Amino acid sequence: MSDSEILFGIYCPPHPQPLLSPEASDGYGKLRDAFETCRKRIEESEADLILVYSTTWPSIIGHQIQGHPEPEWVHVDDDFHYLGSMPYKFKIDTEFAEKFRESAESRGLQSRTVAYDGFPIDTGSIVALKLLNPDNRIPACIVSSNMYANRAETIVLGKSARDAIAAQGKKAVVVVVSSLSNRMFTEHIDPAEDRIHSAKDDEWNKKILEFFGNGRLEDLSQLSREIHGQIRVQKVVAYKPAWWMSAAMGQHNNYTGEVLAYEALHGSGGAVVVLTPSKGSVGDKEFDEDDVEHYHGDRGVLDTGAL
Amino acid sequence: MAKGEIVLGCLAPHPPHVVYAENPEQNEAFAEGGWETLRWGYNRLARKLKSIDYDAMVIFTPHWQTYIGTHFLGLPKFKSKSVDPVFPNLFRFNYDISVDVELAEKMCEVAGESGIVTKMMRNPDFRIDYGTITSCHMLNPEWDKPLVTISSNRNAHYYSPEVMNEQASALGIACSKAIEESGKKVVLISSHSLSHRHFVTESPLPEDMSREHIYNHSQYVWDMKLVDLMRDGKMKEVIDIMPEFTEQTIAETEAGGLTWMMAAMGYPEYPAEIYGYQSVIGTGNLIAAWDPIEATREIVL
Ligand SMILES: [Fe+2]
Repeated sequence: MSDSEILFGIYCPPHPQPLLSPEASDGYGKLRDAFETCRKRIEESEADLILVYSTTWPSIIGHQIQGHPEPEWVHVDDDFHYLGSMPYKFKIDTEFAEKFRESAESRGLQSRTVAYDGFPIDTGSIVALKLLNPDNRIPACIVSSNMYANRAETIVLGKSARDAIAAQGKKAVVVVVSSLSNRMFTEHIDPAEDRIHSAKDDEWNKKILEFFGNGRLEDLSQLSREIHGQIRVQKVVAYKPAWWMSAAMGQHNNYTGEVLAYEALHGSGGAVVVLTPSKGSVGDKEFDEDDVEHYHGDRGVLDTGAL
Repeated sequence: MAKGEIVLGCLAPHPPHVVYAENPEQNEAFAEGGWETLRWGYNRLARKLKSIDYDAMVIFTPHWQTYIGTHFLGLPKFKSKSVDPVFPNLFRFNYDISVDVELAEKMCEVAGESGIVTKMMRNPDFRIDYGTITSCHMLNPEWDKPLVTISSNRNAHYYSPEVMNEQASALGIACSKAIEESGKKVVLISSHSLSHRHFVTESPLPEDMSREHIYNHSQYVWDMKLVDLMRDGKMKEVIDIMPEFTEQTIAETEAGGLTWMMAAMGYPEYPAEIYGYQSVIGTGNLIAAWDPIEATREIVL
């Protein structure tokens, strides 16, 4: 496909504290400030699309893309309901949603747009869009994270996002909503005493942020399985956001990376990072796996294992 | 005050497909039918429930997932629309439910006293999950009994299915104590499928039953193993193999529902009533009930 214009990428956490209780701790406040910085960057850019990949929107039937022109509801988080409600009304670029679906399908993925009144948009997408684009100045789109998808499928999904952005000549900001380490405390805590759950999680988070800071996004993508094994609670099959983000942004290490904040969110690692495409690469890929262009479904290991 | 008691325990799977196929007026989507084996089983169990005297339904749901303790619905009324995030094409249900807040608070209190991290949910904007709605609608389409919904703390994600089993058992024992102290007659509902691998594609007509089958034979064999043990009244054995079953079939028992219900009911040694087994988008779904009273216990299927 031709070159996509992605102005920059943002990696940010899904937890609601920066939106609902930024005053409750210094850390939440710093994350809120970092979101604010990103909001201004978007405002000052020529972006005409914000594309969100959210790890808190799981799907099963392929890849779901929000296609309602003005989704509106009052959302409440499953765990943090006591922090308050999140009323939202977003402006979705439905033409882009359709194009994205088409691009995903043309690369072999099962995909559909969803456009239903009252569809439950997830906490992570709401936090990101409310803080990054509060007046809906720029149309947005949101894509789910399929529960069963692994590397090939996720990378192909990232490439199809890139295809769709190029095909429509968009100037896009790509937003990935995900924690770093995602183990939270299993008890209620005083927010003022929030900290990263363990020293190991903290060390790994800092290692990831070092890569982000050096703009080494594709290297992070290559390290995704290792990150998943080390600091991700095993509730889904893989740490997919790095795969998707790198594939969507062009699979290289040529970015200026800025870590705007790194703080604990009920024990998990929350970071706001900006990656802006630049000239010149930092570092080589750590190791290489298949670079899949078209998704042909799961490999039938039971059928072909005897060969 | 007489001691409260559990009058029936129900394993009630919640694929939204069964509500969709029933075409209740509350659901916006329209179906040409489908999944009759499950629906007719549910209809039969709903008729049995009509013959039982009870005050409230207490349901443990995998689709209110909490990581910071176990949460309980804590307001008397919830009225809104529940849209399934995974199958929004099938399930957009307008609900109006009543909660037995007194019973929920009692459970929260007793669970807290036994060392379980708990929280009452008192945000009026909170949306009721489709697991609660599907199971409760199929068991009581008149919606004439108050509910208590209990969230599922995801111990299997954070630790292991073994830890889930321990914690869900502790919660079950605490809930049964709370029910006794409440003086109420309660129906317990464990809302989930057994084996839980889904197809990731859907046929153009979701209710096209020519396309419906279990994801693979291994899932089926495991599901049948559990059904046999249930028929034989070996519920302690079912719970003992739960970690293995859950891992092998990525079962929805991972949320802890069946373990919670069986612990609350003292691991029945009498046969379960079997109402139906059918796959929904590849997952294995069983409807079963445990009736503590021998005189009313039936061999259904
Ligand atoms: Fe479920």
